[in-house]
Amino acid sequence: YGSRKFLLPSPFPASSSWAAVGAMAAAATAGSSPGSGPGDSPEGPEAEAPERRRKAHGMLKLYYGLSEGEAAGRPAGPDPLDPTDLNGAHFDPEVYLDKLRRECPLAQLMDSETDMVRQIRALDSDMQTLVYENYNKFISATDTIRKMKNDFRKMEDEMDRLATNMAVITDFSARISATLQDRHERITKLAGVHALLRKLQFLFELPSRLTKCVELGAYGQAVRYQGRAQAVLQQYQHLPSFRAIQDDCQVITARLAQQLRQRFREGGSGAPEQAECVELLLALGEPAEELCEEFLAHARGRLEEELRSLEAELGPSPPAPDVLEFTDHGGSGFVGGLCHVAAAYQELFAVQGPAGAEKLAAFARELGSRYFALVERRLAQEQGGGDNSLLVRALDRFHRRLRAPGALLAAAGLADAATEIVERVARERLGHHLQGLRAAFLGCLTDVRQALAAPRVAGKEGPGLAELLANVASSILSHIKASLAAVHLFTAKEVSFSNKPYFRGEFCSQGVREGLIVGFIRSMCQTAQSFCDSPGEKGGATPPALLLLLSRLCLDYETATISYILTLTDEQFLVQDQSPVTPVSTLCAEARETARRLLTHYVKVQGLVISQMLRKSVETRDWLSTLEPRNVRAVMKRVVEDTTAIDVQVGLLYEEGVRKAQSSDSSKRTFSVYSSSRQQGRYAPSYTPSAPMDTNLLSNIQKLFSERIDVFSPVEFNKVSVLTGIIKISLKTLLECVRLRTFGRFGLQQVQVDCHFLQLYLWRFVADEELVHLLLDEVVASAALRCPDPVPMEPSVVEVICERG
Amino acid sequence: MEDDAPVIYGLEFQARALTPQTAETDAIRFLVGTQSLKYDNQIHIIDFDDENNIINKNVLLHQVGEIWHISASPADKGVLATCYNRTSDSKVLTCAAVWRMPKELESGSHESPDDSSSTAQTLELLCHLDNTAHGNMACVMWEPMGDGKKIISLADNHILLWDLQESSSQAVLASSASLEGKGQLRFTSGRWSPHHNCTQVATASDTTLRGWDTRSMSQIYCIENAHGQLVRDLDFNPNKQYYLASCGDDCKVKFWDTRNVTEPVKTLEEHSHWVWNVRYNHSHDQLVLTGSSDSRVILSNMVSISSEPFGHLVDDDDISDQEDHRSEEKSKEPLQDNVIATYEEHEDSVYAVDWSSADPWLFASLSYDGRLVINRVPRALKYHILL
Repeated sequence: YGSRKFLLPSPFPASSSWAAVGAMAAAATAGSSPGSGPGDSPEGPEAEAPERRRKAHGMLKLYYGLSEGEAAGRPAGPDPLDPTDLNGAHFDPEVYLDKLRRECPLAQLMDSETDMVRQIRALDSDMQTLVYENYNKFISATDTIRKMKNDFRKMEDEMDRLATNMAVITDFSARISATLQDRHERITKLAGVHALLRKLQFLFELPSRLTKCVELGAYGQAVRYQGRAQAVLQQYQHLPSFRAIQDDCQVITARLAQQLRQRFREGGSGAPEQAECVELLLALGEPAEELCEEFLAHARGRLEEELRSLEAELGPSPPAPDVLEFTDHGGSGFVGGLCHVAAAYQELFAVQGPAGAEKLAAFARELGSRYFALVERRLAQEQGGGDNSLLVRALDRFHRRLRAPGALLAAAGLADAATEIVERVARERLGHHLQGLRAAFLGCLTDVRQALAAPRVAGKEGPGLAELLANVASSILSHIKASLAAVHLFTAKEVSFSNKPYFRGEFCSQGVREGLIVGFIRSMCQTAQSFCDSPGEKGGATPPALLLLLSRLCLDYETATISYILTLTDEQFLVQDQSPVTPVSTLCAEARETARRLLTHYVKVQGLVISQMLRKSVETRDWLSTLEPRNVRAVMKRVVEDTTAIDVQVGLLYEEGVRKAQSSDSSKRTFSVYSSSRQQGRYAPSYTPSAPMDTNLLSNIQKLFSERIDVFSPVEFNKVSVLTGIIKISLKTLLECVRLRTFGRFGLQQVQVDCHFLQLYLWRFVADEELVHLLLDEVVASAALRCPDPVPMEPSVVEVICERG
Repeated sequence: MEDDAPVIYGLEFQARALTPQTAETDAIRFLVGTQSLKYDNQIHIIDFDDENNIINKNVLLHQVGEIWHISASPADKGVLATCYNRTSDSKVLTCAAVWRMPKELESGSHESPDDSSSTAQTLELLCHLDNTAHGNMACVMWEPMGDGKKIISLADNHILLWDLQESSSQAVLASSASLEGKGQLRFTSGRWSPHHNCTQVATASDTTLRGWDTRSMSQIYCIENAHGQLVRDLDFNPNKQYYLASCGDDCKVKFWDTRNVTEPVKTLEEHSHWVWNVRYNHSHDQLVLTGSSDSRVILSNMVSISSEPFGHLVDDDDISDQEDHRSEEKSKEPLQDNVIATYEEHEDSVYAVDWSSADPWLFASLSYDGRLVINRVPRALKYHILL
């Protein structure tokens, strides 16, 4: 049945709400128009046929009490118990008729009647059709069952026959087996005898075969025969005939072993053949221990040969090949040989267990160390050379070569040793570069010295100072960069050892950054500082200009260069190491300290030069019998000239600096001994005649108000400070020298003139001109004290003389 | 009564010469010589009353000229020698003479200091050290620990040994030596070593230190370029016979072992201008006093090169109570060299410093403006050294 859905045509349109189980149902319900009432027939016969069949099915189902039918039937209307429902279970014809008769007009009753009649007729024919259809099916089913009954009976008979046949067959088979049993046993026995005979024949033939094999050199074959016969002979050696064979065999085997050993010892044949010999000997049951030893001894012989040839290459006489070639030879010759030996050994003597491996390791260690010694000697020859790339390539090859046996011979630690060598070489290279940088720095200094010496001859001093500084700075920087680049090769990605922990960590941080760069900067500072401590304090040792230049160089390093270099280094060598490194600030502080010391030393040296000039001039003159001053003494002019020259020199490298504003503190000056003259000419010191006691008092009061002058005080990094320092030193010297002498009247006047002259020219160099006033005032005051007849010169005259001179 | 405050005394004139009264071992007494070209020069005998912190002075006239150097006899309290400038005919010559002060002033007079200052007494001349043939006298040294009969004076490039005879009224030139060399060589200063039976003298000339044997008047050692510039003064370590200290215009104080003259044992660089004077304490040689023209006096503790590098060793007998024990333990650790104190009481260059001969914890310094300052070693340090 195609569709399980069946619907009774519902008299009420409301049934469509529950009937909408499927689309088909909807369509079916639509068939009965709402207004057409119960029993309203479908218009077309094609629509009527399924409808009718469905209805019949529904009835059948209803009849059989199928739940589906009930389920479909019950909610058919608002009242399933409606007695007027023609299809309902509780249909009451009386009620229905009653209802019809009461409700409907005659025409409709007539219609109903005809409709009813037609429906009854249709139902009758339906019933007939169904009965027909099903009757046919029943008949055919009955036929089939009858036929099956027949067939089964026939099959049963055949099965019975089969069973009896099988029993017969079993019987026969048993009988045949029994008959053949006897013969089969005999055949088996015969076959056994045959095999035994063949074996015996082999045994009897064995001595001759062995001899033949030995003669032909087919040692392998011989050993195999021997191996096969050995056990049997051993077992039956109590039988005389076998005994004889065994003895023969043993003799031959001994000879064989002899020959094999002979071959083995000759050593001329290559490693593979030797390995074969060893293999055969082992198969002959020779003691493995001894063979090990012998094998290694032979291998040693060959490897030592290699080492000797390497040593010859190393040789005392130079046509030594370059280091790359050397490591290549070593790698292919020695390391290759060692690899072969190790591989063969492990293959042959694997059964020896850890003791054998230990023996091999010891062997490799010993030869390896000798090889390393040679390589190190060769590398040591390379230390002086400048070509880093070749060295790195050679090291790379050396290291790479050793990695294979390193894996094979982990116990021997060859790879570790090789890495160590590479590390050592790298360290030495760093040291070499540091030396190189130092040498370069010293070279620069020598150049500067020469350059400083040269222009002096030509008569023009100093103008090249700034350029010299730039030259030195750039040359050092380029050297540093070159060194960094050279060292960087060690950490290149393609180099086999660059991923070792040393090269990833310590080499970068401790080696390059600390050792090379920081070390160089430190040593530069030290070298520079050593100029301050040189015993030649008289200034002859180091040209002052060099001090100045170095000071500026260090200062530049402090401000920029150090951090630049370190940043560059850190960038190139990505430091992964966590070990502490010198911070930039420490280095900068060192550089600054160096710069300060150099500059202070420069001030001292230059101050000393001028002081010496002043001191000689005071000490050597007879101040008592000097004539009335007409001129400023030449030495004062010289002092001013030199100071100007220094000013120019310092100005080339250092900034101007801060100058104290023109002192407005005139109250201080009013206490000055020379205050009266000050008011006339701005920088005209003079001497006011007064009692020495007053002078003393006045100068003391003046001192109360002026702060103490630190003569050799540290200087700042500017021109004014430098010049102030130099002038302070010079004038203080003048003061002390004047105090040691005794002056005549004209001597005093000469000092007056000189001091005025100095005042005229020196004030503009210093930070605080008051300082110059103070010192010069004191010089003149001291000279006055040291004069038994102090008659000062008229300030106007002093001025005139100074302007003239 | 102990007070660490400095005591200051002002002279009316400029002054450079200062010496303790060497023969006096009870009273603290210093002699100061003035420098004045216009007035009579004086020698001030300055008595310091330690108990009351009072200074008593007596003034002696020194009419022959301004005093550049003064030294007192180690044997006779009343005898002293001066180097003074004599100006004549527009020529300045520095002479030296031995003087005796009036008897009553020898041990100071506390009774009437005011009276004596008003009426200055005069020195009695014992003898001149005749230098007509030798040039300017730079300094006069008495034989230390001697009987006051031997004097060495330095005159230009000569070193002269005098015998004082007939109760010092006559000076006889016993022997002499002179410095030969290119240029104008002049001695600036010298010291007579108290060691080796007083047979050694050290002198300074330019940048060089030289040692002399007084018996043969020959040079025994020479420290070339001891300082970068002029050497101003030197002194012997009183307790270590080969050690001496020197100072100079390079602002440094250097300590030398005369057996190895190539390198100084130690160098101090604390002053900011020329160092004019260096003096070892007579008893505790770790205390070194220096005066400089930067107007400062510096007291340094040079323990590491002193005769007591581990502090004062307490005798076993003294260890009676626990305090002694502790102090001994403390002193066992090596001490650090350091600057003990910087004295800034002066306002002008300090040209002379010296220790008192009587009290080892007291010293005087003299600046050019005539200010004499008496200071003591800080009490804490004193006890540290003593205990």
